[in-house]
Amino acid sequence: MAWSQGPRSLRPFLAHRARPPPSAGPETGISVSASSSTRRPMALPLLLVGGGAAVLIGILWGPVSFTPREVLAALASPDTSASMIVRQLRLPRVLLAFGVGGSLAVAGAALQALVRNPLAEPWLLGVSGGASLGAVLAVVIGLPAGWSVAGCATVGALGAVALVYRIGAVAGRRLDTRVLLLAGVVVSFFAGAITSAILAVVDPFTFRTATVWLFGGFGGASWSSVRHFVLVAVVPLGMLWWLARALDLLALGEDTAATLGIHVDRSRRLVILATAVLTAATVSVAGMIGFVGLVVPHAMRWVIGPMHRRLLPAVFLAGGGFAVLADAVARTVLRPAELPVGVVTALVGVPVFAALLRRSIR
Amino acid sequence: MTLIASAASVRYRGATAPAIDSIDFELRSGELVAVGGPNGSGKTSLLRALLGLVPLAAGQVSLDDVPIMNWSRRALASAVAALPQREEPAFPLTVHEAVLLGRWAQLGPIAPVRAIDELEIAQAMARCDLTGLEQRGIDTLSGGEWQRVRVARALVASPRFLLLDEPTAALDVRHEMALFELLRGLVAEGLGVLVITHQLNLAARYADRLVLLSHGRVAAQGRAQDVLRADLISSVFGWPVAITTWGDGSPQVVPLRHGESPRATGSPNPEPR
Repeated sequence: MAWSQGPRSLRPFLAHRARPPPSAGPETGISVSASSSTRRPMALPLLLVGGGAAVLIGILWGPVSFTPREVLAALASPDTSASMIVRQLRLPRVLLAFGVGGSLAVAGAALQALVRNPLAEPWLLGVSGGASLGAVLAVVIGLPAGWSVAGCATVGALGAVALVYRIGAVAGRRLDTRVLLLAGVVVSFFAGAITSAILAVVDPFTFRTATVWLFGGFGGASWSSVRHFVLVAVVPLGMLWWLARALDLLALGEDTAATLGIHVDRSRRLVILATAVLTAATVSVAGMIGFVGLVVPHAMRWVIGPMHRRLLPAVFLAGGGFAVLADAVARTVLRPAELPVGVVTALVGVPVFAALLRRSIR
Repeated sequence: MTLIASAASVRYRGATAPAIDSIDFELRSGELVAVGGPNGSGKTSLLRALLGLVPLAAGQVSLDDVPIMNWSRRALASAVAALPQREEPAFPLTVHEAVLLGRWAQLGPIAPVRAIDELEIAQAMARCDLTGLEQRGIDTLSGGEWQRVRVARALVASPRFLLLDEPTAALDVRHEMALFELLRGLVAEGLGVLVITHQLNLAARYADRLVLLSHGRVAAQGRAQDVLRADLISSVFGWPVAITTWGDGSPQVVPLRHGESPRATGSPNPEPR
């Protein structure tokens, strides 16, 4: 029976979790294995400290590096030599990277619970394809760079999600998450094809401007983009926090979730709406940044367990810190040139993740 | 306090016949009702209709005289608990976390877990013989342990009714018997329990009432003696059976081999051949 052994499909991912001691068979195993890792009460405070450390490193590192003393002085007074760079460039950039990384990770964690599939990530709902199509269209028709392009990316992202939802939710039937997954992939491909077709015919300058959106990064960060992002992101983040226990139940499956007391269809719609708005907000200020939303939720489930009331804050802190560090590396290694931050998240993240995965299976 | 289906019908899209066809059914507090029947006879659909998980094509399901669809899912969850047949958690919860999820109806989205919740969890786990397994990952449990975790999760909401869909389908004799004993104990405390099962012989010994479904309709219901009749069971399941009687007087179904004739019934311990 499928249910008799728990989530078997995830076994490779789970092997690090509390195993019964070798001497005790599964029928007799009363003793609790020392590696029962889910509780770890210090994990959240440590993540908070780690996130703060990442922010500090993000401010210190760059084409021009500062000492902590210089940074403190710059924050205290607007007149030091470093204060212009720290206050107007580094600080908004680091804060934006933190918010975007954290939001992508939260969106990924929520979607993985929604579709009950650990391979889900924020782009799954077609957000990626829609956002890039919107941004590229805006660039091609010559809208001024900045907010009009960001706005078009957001419209494209939400439009794609609406389309995915229309395809996935056949009238009068329950929302089938597998259909939703397929619809997301299909819409992403469709939007990607249109984007490629457009890029194939535009001039090189427009092509280069458009690809900034496809790669993603925090180079355009300013206090106004931070403000814009916070205003948009705070609502879906709050919604997902409010839905955290519903996500726990949704991950158990439809009938079980309903009998335990949630309105499954309504909860799903809210999760989709919140993640779509949240992801679109990240796209509008930073373009498309991959990998964070897929991997950070995994890593945090290993550390802190799958209950979303603890997982979502942990994922936000870890995703934020990860994005800030990746951005610091991206603008430091090839200075004065900048790597796209998505390149760094993948180049650094994949080996780390692979190592974690291997260790957890062993 | 009763959970009542009256003339309830369920029809799935694209299906030629209704899954259940004007079924009258009643579950009261303090009784154990077993529902049996061939595969596809509508057992699970009846359970889903009783839980308000599927819209009715006709008829009515109500709890305490309120139509089931008028109950909020949260209020319903604290009155009627259920163990759906299939469940595959996506993530590796610990046993304690899995049982805690049963308290959603009391906790809601925001409220912190209080001492009373932990007490209920500890009691439900003790009840289901799970004490000491709190920190085990559910992916490391045996089938019997996992099923007990699900029962404990159902019990932490302090429900008045418990509906189970083939809870012993993958369990060995010991775990199966332990589960039926547990259900009997819950009934003694006043719970109304419905259990869908293919174990007609255990149903005859544990249940107060048997309901036999066939093609979406009630073929028979009542005491085991009235339902487990050789002619009826043979025709409903499409396989010849004989009925013998166990020492406590409960009828026991013995499916016959090809060419085998029904032997004398009434022997509590039929001799091995």
